[in-house]
Amino acid sequence: MAEILVLVDHADGAVRKPALELLTLARRIGEPSAVVLGAGEAGASIAATAGEYGAATVYVADGAEFTEQLVVPKVDALTQLAREKGAAAVLVTSSGEGKEIAARVALRLGSGLITDAVELEAGENGPVATQSVFAASYQVRSTVSHGVPVITVKPNSAAPEASPAAGTVEDVTVAFTGNAAKVVSRTPRVSTGRPELTESAIVVSGGRGVGAAEGFAVVEKLADSLGAAVGASRAAVDAGWYPHSNQVGQTGKQVSPQLYVAAGISGAIQHRAGMQTSKTIVAVNKDAEAPIFDLVDYGVVGDLFEVLPQLTDEIGAR
Amino acid sequence: MTLKIAVCVKYVPDATGDRGFADDLTTDREAVDGLLSELDEYAVEQALRISEESDDAEVTVVTVGPDDAKDALRKALSMGADKAVHVNDEDIHGSDVIATSAILAKALEKTGFDLVVCGMASTDGTMGVLPALLAERLGLPQVTLLSELSVEDGLVKGRRDGDAATEHLEAPLPAVVSVTDQSGEARYPSFKGIMAAKKKPVQELDLDDLDIDADEVGLAGAWTLVDAAAARPARTQGTIVTDEGDGGKQLAAFLATQKFI
Repeated sequence: MAEILVLVDHADGAVRKPALELLTLARRIGEPSAVVLGAGEAGASIAATAGEYGAATVYVADGAEFTEQLVVPKVDALTQLAREKGAAAVLVTSSGEGKEIAARVALRLGSGLITDAVELEAGENGPVATQSVFAASYQVRSTVSHGVPVITVKPNSAAPEASPAAGTVEDVTVAFTGNAAKVVSRTPRVSTGRPELTESAIVVSGGRGVGAAEGFAVVEKLADSLGAAVGASRAAVDAGWYPHSNQVGQTGKQVSPQLYVAAGISGAIQHRAGMQTSKTIVAVNKDAEAPIFDLVDYGVVGDLFEVLPQLTDEIGAR
Repeated sequence: MTLKIAVCVKYVPDATGDRGFADDLTTDREAVDGLLSELDEYAVEQALRISEESDDAEVTVVTVGPDDAKDALRKALSMGADKAVHVNDEDIHGSDVIATSAILAKALEKTGFDLVVCGMASTDGTMGVLPALLAERLGLPQVTLLSELSVEDGLVKGRRDGDAATEHLEAPLPAVVSVTDQSGEARYPSFKGIMAAKKKPVQELDLDDLDIDADEVGLAGAWTLVDAAAARPARTQGTIVTDEGDGGKQLAAFLATQKFI
């Protein structure tokens, strides 16, 4: 069966959820092999998880290069494996780094590249990817017509399904090419205890209507009652009320959760581009004319400082 | 020695317009007015700041696009860039990002540079991969997705805010960098800048000038194939209620019916 290479994204010694989604999607188009790079001692447990989610083989490569240099060492490893194993496709998570890795791998393999797929299925001419473009106003279906398809897939595009496979670990020695930027220092993001924005099934976001940094407390309380991640519109981020890492929109994170709650967000195109593929959309806004109400499944015209706490209390009471 | 900074910019359909596809499934450039991709304004800004910090520097903006793409170059020139290069050839129409990166890499080699500055992504395709592809093609370090950028003593330094960590990066020149919308507010062109831009040189290049065969680019040379593009069905009108004291409770009831709580 065709071997599909899946780059397994990991953090803090654990597999990140989008990697499990990729392994699930890979089974639709062939037999997944997981690629685990620079995980150190956590490599063995990450490999075991990959096996539980369908990886027949897990290629593990370690080395200081993966953490001390930017992007290129991972490109070296993935390209080498794709060539040596004759992979039928390469799948990578759509993150800033994931897309950069995929792009360079595609170029080295002489292959077409598809980014930000939200759906993946087998087709007559290889994998068919669905993308959501122009602020999610269009759905595009694409195939790679040249070389080994290299495809990046957005988080939340599939529900991870366990499917125990051999998970045979194969250690790999990578020939590094160099010519990479040096990582002088790395400061891991301090965990808020909340789910990662792009991975969370529920996102609660605040915008200009929140009024101040302190105003985000009601947004956070609602998020915590739902086990949700917290997002912010560009207006709220530019005002300095919430960190840029939480920005949802064209120039921030693109999210596609099961439920998106927009509080005090008008729904400018910039924001819609980052959340319009959410399955269920809910908004609370004082302005009945706000464009966000064109998108919602349920909208409340009202003061978020009254509606959100009442909702939080209701959830707590259930 | 003059520090030569090249900025790659893209002319894109205005995101506030009604964007769509032409019959050949390429971006419909007739339907909506175009402009300099907003995210490239940050790249122009950073290039100008580096140039202003340097004793002797020159900023060249480079684009690949149809006739109208000159508007994007003019905007960058009116912000303060010194000169522009426009790669324009009918055969380029429909090029994918892999082919576009090949054209840009050749144009950059012809123009000459010590530093290439790009925006983090275009506002139309939003792939965010072109800077990485350029670095690969030019055989240079990529120092990308930077929220802070500086050039000192032949080194480019920057801060990259990733999903899991913030990294401080460093690479020797020449290098390819990309900057995010957090790198610093882009300046508005002054009246003087707009007037001066009209006199700044714009060099026109075609595929022959770059020794690129037509069949390597355009729709024919694309390595990906768009099979179908369909407007997303409009969302059905949702329920909208006005809060009269129980808006939170009503919302809770809705979320309960959807099994979120």
